[in-house]
Amino acid sequence: MFELIGIPPQALFGQLLLGLINGSFYALLSLGLAVIFGMLNVINFAHGALYMLGAFVAWFLLQYLGLGYFWALILSPVIVGGVGIVIEKTMLSRLYKLDHLYGLLLTFGIALILEGGFKHEFGVSGQSYPVPSTFAGGTNLGFMFLPYYRGWVVLLSIVVCLATWYAIEKTRLGSYLRAATENPRLVQSFGINVPVMITMTYGVGVALAGLAGVMAAPIYSVNPLMGSNLIIVVFAVVVIGGMGSIFGAVVSGYMLGILEGLTKVFFPEASNIVVFVIMVVVLLARPAGLFGRER
Amino acid sequence: MFKKALLAGVALSALATSAMAAGLSGDKVVVGVLTDLSSIYADVAGKGSIAAAEMAVADYGGKVLGKPIEILTADHQNKADIGANIAREWIDSKGADVLVDLVTSSVGLAVQGIGGEKGVVTINSGAATVRLSQKECTATSFHWMYDTYSLAHVTTPTVVAEGGDSWFILTADYAFGHSLEADASAVLKDLGAKLVGTVRHPFPSADLSSFLLQAQASGAKVVALANAGQDTINSVKQGSEFGIVAGGQKLVALLAFLSDIHSIGLELGQGLLVTEGFYWDLDEETRAFSKRFQEKFGKPPTMVQAGVYSSTLHYLKAVEAAGTDEGKVVAAKMKELPIKDPVLRNATIGANGRVLHDMYLFQVKTPAESTGEWDVYKPVKTVPGAQAFQDPKQSGCALAQ
Repeated sequence: MFELIGIPPQALFGQLLLGLINGSFYALLSLGLAVIFGMLNVINFAHGALYMLGAFVAWFLLQYLGLGYFWALILSPVIVGGVGIVIEKTMLSRLYKLDHLYGLLLTFGIALILEGGFKHEFGVSGQSYPVPSTFAGGTNLGFMFLPYYRGWVVLLSIVVCLATWYAIEKTRLGSYLRAATENPRLVQSFGINVPVMITMTYGVGVALAGLAGVMAAPIYSVNPLMGSNLIIVVFAVVVIGGMGSIFGAVVSGYMLGILEGLTKVFFPEASNIVVFVIMVVVLLARPAGLFGRER
Repeated sequence: MFKKALLAGVALSALATSAMAAGLSGDKVVVGVLTDLSSIYADVAGKGSIAAAEMAVADYGGKVLGKPIEILTADHQNKADIGANIAREWIDSKGADVLVDLVTSSVGLAVQGIGGEKGVVTINSGAATVRLSQKECTATSFHWMYDTYSLAHVTTPTVVAEGGDSWFILTADYAFGHSLEADASAVLKDLGAKLVGTVRHPFPSADLSSFLLQAQASGAKVVALANAGQDTINSVKQGSEFGIVAGGQKLVALLAFLSDIHSIGLELGQGLLVTEGFYWDLDEETRAFSKRFQEKFGKPPTMVQAGVYSSTLHYLKAVEAAGTDEGKVVAAKMKELPIKDPVLRNATIGANGRVLHDMYLFQVKTPAESTGEWDVYKPVKTVPGAQAFQDPKQSGCALAQ
């Protein structure tokens, strides 16, 4: 069998595809973070915990109401978004006049409380959430076995990322939003309710985390630590893409997922630090990130 | 002969007198349960271990030598430095006489070292590393339920005998994983089976699919998991997703606990081979004990939690018999007394502190075979302690030479 860069092509293509799948989660989560940072200037450390909450809501819906995966796909982001709105209204909105750091500390605290609470109630081993029967099984692509569910995750996340990008960059609402972040007073003087818009933005940003949580539930077991395992990597992804850049978050999410997948073939032990190595290199070369603007 | 007997008699009576004179330090016996209450092993040990220690104290009657028994509890967060600090504080200022549970190999080794230095009994039923009863053994240290040596020696030969003669091992990249990989590889070599490859994954790792794909591509008949807790749960789930078992490879979890299997679920876990030192449904006695435990704690005990019960009870009996809580004297008494409790079968203690007892190989039931939430295992075989554990003489522990 011929080999490509020292490994069989089958393994290489397989890892590239797996990287793309993981990249989908990175992209969805970093997209939410970038939207929130871009519009609110808040470094949302609670994002991982809200992702975990999304997965738990899906599990609750199944366990207690018998509502399956597709219901969860709609209801869970709505519920998590609602929690986000409450957080923004009652806590975050009081901190906008202060330094970024206060928002970061507050959301970090919220993350610890959420994770601690769930850990206390549900332990750490996690709850199992079945792959929806629509996507049971998989197909042999010749170079790897692709579970249908993972294929669905990639498709759905690409659609959601594109839609969010379109909504912010190409629609009228998106243009108001972008204008409001540049100069809120001016936009308000045109009769646009900026505080409501900001609240909604935070709600939508965390709803994206909730959606990622539902998508993750059948792959990883639903457990209180799932968010904190992922959040640091996702922050690195956002930093590499450029804080606040929607396009940067999505592209670097997929790209880093793939790079991480390749590392798992060539040097598995380094696979969980490769993202940070890239972050250091990128920050040295382009301090605002690959697609970020200097502020 | 007569001289020897006389000498032994003198020595024994001297010991007895000193023991009587010593009595109980602080007029009570203090049991410290040092465990993981917040991190990845909180379900394997954690609050359940505290419940097990409380149950042992209550079953013993709450008093030893007519004096009260006190329980201390703390969370070492899986960090060796935190565990060591708590152990020192308990021994120096709270009069701890015995430390139990000690889950996580790094914490276990650190605390065992302190216990040895200060002459306090340490009983590890949580950590896996075989080093606890090898060179790093102390006069007051005990390793209770299982270790990497027994995990490798119970599961591996059975799988090989069933035709699984080529292996690929997925290893968690830290001390425990390395130790388990080394022990399993040694057994494979002895049996003439082939180790096709290994891959070391970061610990902990949420996504193991890349490594599983490598195992799948290797074509090995057996894919073995030398990891634990959440990593094992994710490996099994994702292994099933990628069709490892459906594709004809056998998945073997070298270490999995009852709580892990419960979390994986029978749908995905069925057929998996697991080595355990305890299971609630072994016989009348284990069922009765586990029922009482479940009434108190809400779930049946894992092997680690059952080990905390067994070891605490045995310690208290030894204190009673020795008439003192002086560490070295009690430790000697523990090795001398037979272990009699609802948890262990055919148990003795080696000179290196290793408890040798029956180990069990189980297969995870299918959903159709299971009759209840916790009815997850069917027995495959029982391996006597002398076969399952390393011979104390070979362990390299100075006390066993």
